Amino acid sequence: MAAPETSTAAVPTLYTNNTLRNAFGGVLSFFILLLIGVMAFSIRLFSVIKYESVIHEFDPYFNYRVTQFLAKNGIYEFWNWFDDRTWYPLGRVIGGTVYPGLTLTAGTIWWLLNSLNIPLSVETVCVFTAPIFSAFASWATYLLTKEVKGTGAGLTAAALLAMVPSYISRSVAGSYDNEAVAIFALIFTFYLYIKTLNTGSLFYATLNSIAYFYMVCSWGGYTFIINLIPMHVLLCIVTGRFSSRLYIAYAPLVVLGTLLAALVPVVGFNAVMTSEHFASFLVFIIIHVVAFVYYIKGILSPKMFKVAVTLVVSVGLAVCCAVIAVLIALVASSPTKGWSGRSLSLLDPTYASKYIPIIASVSEHQPPTWPSYFMDINVLAFLVPAGIIACFLPLSDASSFVVLYIATSVYFSGVMVRLMLVLAPAACITSGIALSQAFDVFTGSIKFQLTGASSNTEVDAAETSSSTAESQTDAVKTEKPEETAKNRPSRKSKKKKREHGEKPSTKAKAEKKRLLALPLESSVISLLLLVLLGAFYVVHCVWAAAEAYSAPSIVLTSRSHDGLHVFDDFREAYAWLRHNTDVDDKVASWWDYGYQTTAMANRTVIVDNNTWNNTHIATVGTAMSSPERAAWEIFHSLDVKYVLVVFGGLVGYPSDDINKFLWMVRIGGGVFPHIKEPDYLRDGQYRIDSQATPTMLNCLMYKLSYYRFVETDGKGFDRVRQTEIGKKYFKLTHFEEAFTTHHWMVRIYKLKPPKNRIRGKTKKSKSKTSSTTSSPKRSGTKKKNPWQ
Amino acid sequence: MEAPIRAREALGFILFSLLFSICRSSSLNHLLISNAERRIDLSSHIVKVFLTLKVENAGSTPTSEVLLSFPPTQADHLATVEALVTKGKRKKTTLVRLDVKPTELPDAPNDAKYFTIYLANPLKSGESTTIEVLYLLTHSQEPFPAEIAQSESQLVYYRDSALILSPYHIKQQATFIKTPSTKVESFTRVEPSNRAGTEIKYGPYEDHPPYSFSPILIHFENNSPFAVVEELVREVEISHWGNLQVTEQYTLVHAGARHKGVFSRVDYQSRPTLNGASSLRYLLARLPPRVHSVYYRDEIGNISSSHLRTDSRKSELEIEPRYPLFGGWKATFVIGYGLPLQDFLFETSDDRRYLNFTFGCPLLETVVDKLTVKVVLPEGSKDPSAVVPFPVEQHLETKYSYLDVVGRTVVVMEKKNLVPAHNSHFQVYYTFKPIFMLAEPLMLASAFFLFFVACVAYLHIDLSIRK
Repeated sequence: MAAPETSTAAVPTLYTNNTLRNAFGGVLSFFILLLIGVMAFSIRLFSVIKYESVIHEFDPYFNYRVTQFLAKNGIYEFWNWFDDRTWYPLGRVIGGTVYPGLTLTAGTIWWLLNSLNIPLSVETVCVFTAPIFSAFASWATYLLTKEVKGTGAGLTAAALLAMVPSYISRSVAGSYDNEAVAIFALIFTFYLYIKTLNTGSLFYATLNSIAYFYMVCSWGGYTFIINLIPMHVLLCIVTGRFSSRLYIAYAPLVVLGTLLAALVPVVGFNAVMTSEHFASFLVFIIIHVVAFVYYIKGILSPKMFKVAVTLVVSVGLAVCCAVIAVLIALVASSPTKGWSGRSLSLLDPTYASKYIPIIASVSEHQPPTWPSYFMDINVLAFLVPAGIIACFLPLSDASSFVVLYIATSVYFSGVMVRLMLVLAPAACITSGIALSQAFDVFTGSIKFQLTGASSNTEVDAAETSSSTAESQTDAVKTEKPEETAKNRPSRKSKKKKREHGEKPSTKAKAEKKRLLALPLESSVISLLLLVLLGAFYVVHCVWAAAEAYSAPSIVLTSRSHDGLHVFDDFREAYAWLRHNTDVDDKVASWWDYGYQTTAMANRTVIVDNNTWNNTHIATVGTAMSSPERAAWEIFHSLDVKYVLVVFGGLVGYPSDDINKFLWMVRIGGGVFPHIKEPDYLRDGQYRIDSQATPTMLNCLMYKLSYYRFVETDGKGFDRVRQTEIGKKYFKLTHFEEAFTTHHWMVRIYKLKPPKNRIRGKTKKSKSKTSSTTSSPKRSGTKKKNPWQ
Repeated sequence: MEAPIRAREALGFILFSLLFSICRSSSLNHLLISNAERRIDLSSHIVKVFLTLKVENAGSTPTSEVLLSFPPTQADHLATVEALVTKGKRKKTTLVRLDVKPTELPDAPNDAKYFTIYLANPLKSGESTTIEVLYLLTHSQEPFPAEIAQSESQLVYYRDSALILSPYHIKQQATFIKTPSTKVESFTRVEPSNRAGTEIKYGPYEDHPPYSFSPILIHFENNSPFAVVEELVREVEISHWGNLQVTEQYTLVHAGARHKGVFSRVDYQSRPTLNGASSLRYLLARLPPRVHSVYYRDEIGNISSSHLRTDSRKSELEIEPRYPLFGGWKATFVIGYGLPLQDFLFETSDDRRYLNFTFGCPLLETVVDKLTVKVVLPEGSKDPSAVVPFPVEQHLETKYSYLDVVGRTVVVMEKKNLVPAHNSHFQVYYTFKPIFMLAEPLMLASAFFLFFVACVAYLHIDLSIRK
């Protein structure tokens, strides 16, 4: 907490006093960090306590399944895993298309525990991986912020990150997704970069490359790192802050990092061939040019240097033009101009919604709304500007990185809700800096005022109580020139050096302190307000963790007057599929449920949440939007045995297939033009009541969702759409109901065998008026149906 | 000299064995059953047969063995056979359980299988005694039609003989068959036979020689769910810190008529009595009292539909599978619970400890095709031995649980074809020194100690090359 203030040589007694204080500070901050870790872990356990220890949502189920495979079959089988239970009949090479960081991490933890004879199941390990790594992430935040603005800011930032709702939303227990470990990897990579930048140590530079490798393993968001760090390097060069430390921080990262990244099968040659990585190579060239220029400048006399500059600039321009031309040619030769769809939508927010409906259809790829900022980072949104200002007083390499980080992540979070997650650590770091600086200023002025009242001239008191963070950054600043000589100090000698470096700045600071001192009352009140703000943040975070982000979304609960009601329909359906269908049966559903079906029901699916083949998804979308007969033919050609639809109309579950249906139409229509969106809309409005279009009322999705729905209440009132359905009595000719869950949320239909179809066809051709049904069993219900 | 002696010996042996076989075969002949009454209860899928035999010794030598015979098809499905004899006079009667053992007879007609009842007191010549026999048959009701739709009720066949299969002469016998409802499609008539309400009566028949057989077939409605646990693994883990952890893994199947065609939820919900009458909606597990931390889940998480009722004598866990089970549908689940150790673990006088626990499946009215009971003894326990009231296959395994070094001894017992009547107690004896309880805490403590020492050492050593 407290850095030593005065030099050791001057006052030896004070020195011992200060080392004691230093030691206490160290122990205190260690325990604070430990508690922060415990808090980060435990605030994420609401989901286990309120619900159960279970994997959440969609993607985590896939990761869980991969981890199970890894735990069962080992690493080599995992790399070669060709999964034939998904994307039927194409299959998917899991080992080569998955970011393996998360699964390898959890698999390693599991293996380690089991080799210690701690028999935890793979599921338990997967459930608790995210909370464990959020504790690590908050520690990494501490390290990063400590490098930027000192221990106080570090602790504050770590505490803020431990409970920032944006991060909680992706890392509650059970949310076993890539982001859970990737955020830790991201922050830790940044920390090591800053550490290298501050020390110029090759050791940290190597660690930095390894941390970057781990990040590449974990998440596609690694491109953020490989673009942000070059941007920062460029910024440093442009602002004249080039140093050998910058070179050591950057050059090994690019070389080693790119080599390591290419080892990850999913990245492979993309690490050198896609545009996302080009910025880093460009800056790599620039930094060498700059380093060369500095070197030449050191050798030559100023006059000769000028001559050399003109020579080099003319030659360099030509070379640059050539290189750029080659680059442009390379980029232009690739079909997507070297950019993947998701990255393109980052640069142009409207790109996805215009061209790729499959990206636009995912809610987490939508731009966020203002309330979601308040929800996800809460009061940090107000503290961030203050933090940015604090970063400029004084601006160091490290703090300029933070400023750049926050600026870019604010932009990216504005593009995609999902990238709010990248903003959260930046917001925590800047807010931590802001809060701790504000505390320093306020407590400093209180102390100054109190001591100032007793003896006016005593400046030293104020001086000794000056801010820790500021002194440290001053120290870092003053350190720089003398550091080049002895670049690799041991821990102890470095501390001493910092104390030395302090000396020249104390006088100037004393002047500044006197100017910065605020009136006593206002600082006390501001302090109280800050505490209040922090309290508000804590309350909000706990609320968000407990209420908003803990639901596993596979089991729903609702509180009514007669107690808690549990809707466990998804697992009911998956368990039914798992136990009562043949092991090789294919299940068609909208891609949202693909991962869950393979993981929970262990059945082959046609499409899943890894939306790699747009045509295949469009085929399913087309089938769902086609009339029964055409849909049957599509499904039959795909060897589908069961069709699964999610229907919320009975209990009012809003994210069901009818509400997602327009996306199926759009995606299907994007590939098969005979599906036209206007056919499903009445005057531009999407409706399923009696005003709906005949195409809508006759499509498969409508029929499968509302089949015999009217018999539940006699009217067919849909609780989600708040309307009576348009077509109430109809029967299915090519599908039969195989299973419907207790609350009707999942309905599974079986395709009738082709024999029936032929018989129905001949009958239909014989007499279309006589309403013959393929199965005589239905005649009972038919009599009742006046519609028929 | 030697040869004739040997010849004489051999002759003697042959004579003796001949005599013995005559005796044995005569033991079959000189007994007769003066009156036999058989009551077959078909109300659930476990067939309960109560047989009352009045056995008379018509021979000259006293005998203590009475044979029961079963046709081979029944013998395969026979879960348990018990025999009781009434003791005392008039009101003060007590029932005494008799030993029953399967027996092989060389000249069994048509592969009939035998069980021998060993009487407590040999039956003297001319005396008679009354034996009550109870045996249970599983998988003996064959659904016909084999596939039914949701709205149909389940009809089954039951095959048996109108006459009791017996190696003895039976003077007088009658059979009463109780069906679950009055709906009986057909039954084989063997005069005199008649049906009244839920009861079909065959007999009385007089004077039938040994091994008389008269096949009958009864086709009737049985809507009770045929809950069959195909495989059950019960793991009982003893912790000397005071807890007994029981984990039971079930593979449940509805073994009745297979479900065919659609499953309509709207029909099932609106007309539950007509639709899916034979479906398995819930199960009741009877657990020991003072049960705690009960869970009910399957491989994809907790199943929320269960209720636990506890009182001082027993605990009842009512569980619903995730979905109602129709014929042929399967479900798997796990039930786990903890129990206070002092209720089940005792010490013998010779310093051995023994676990006293129930063997069978706690679910009511279910048949278990294959049961594996694993008793996990604490680490460091020695000389395990199990005492089970009926024959089981046994072997030992080793299991590694939390921080084990040498592993825990597991006594594994396997048995096929179980009914709730098998829920009797078994004992596992072992020796254990309490000092082993401290092994793991000490190990953890020393590991942490070493860790802190390493930390302190690291902090006090400056490893940098340059100062």
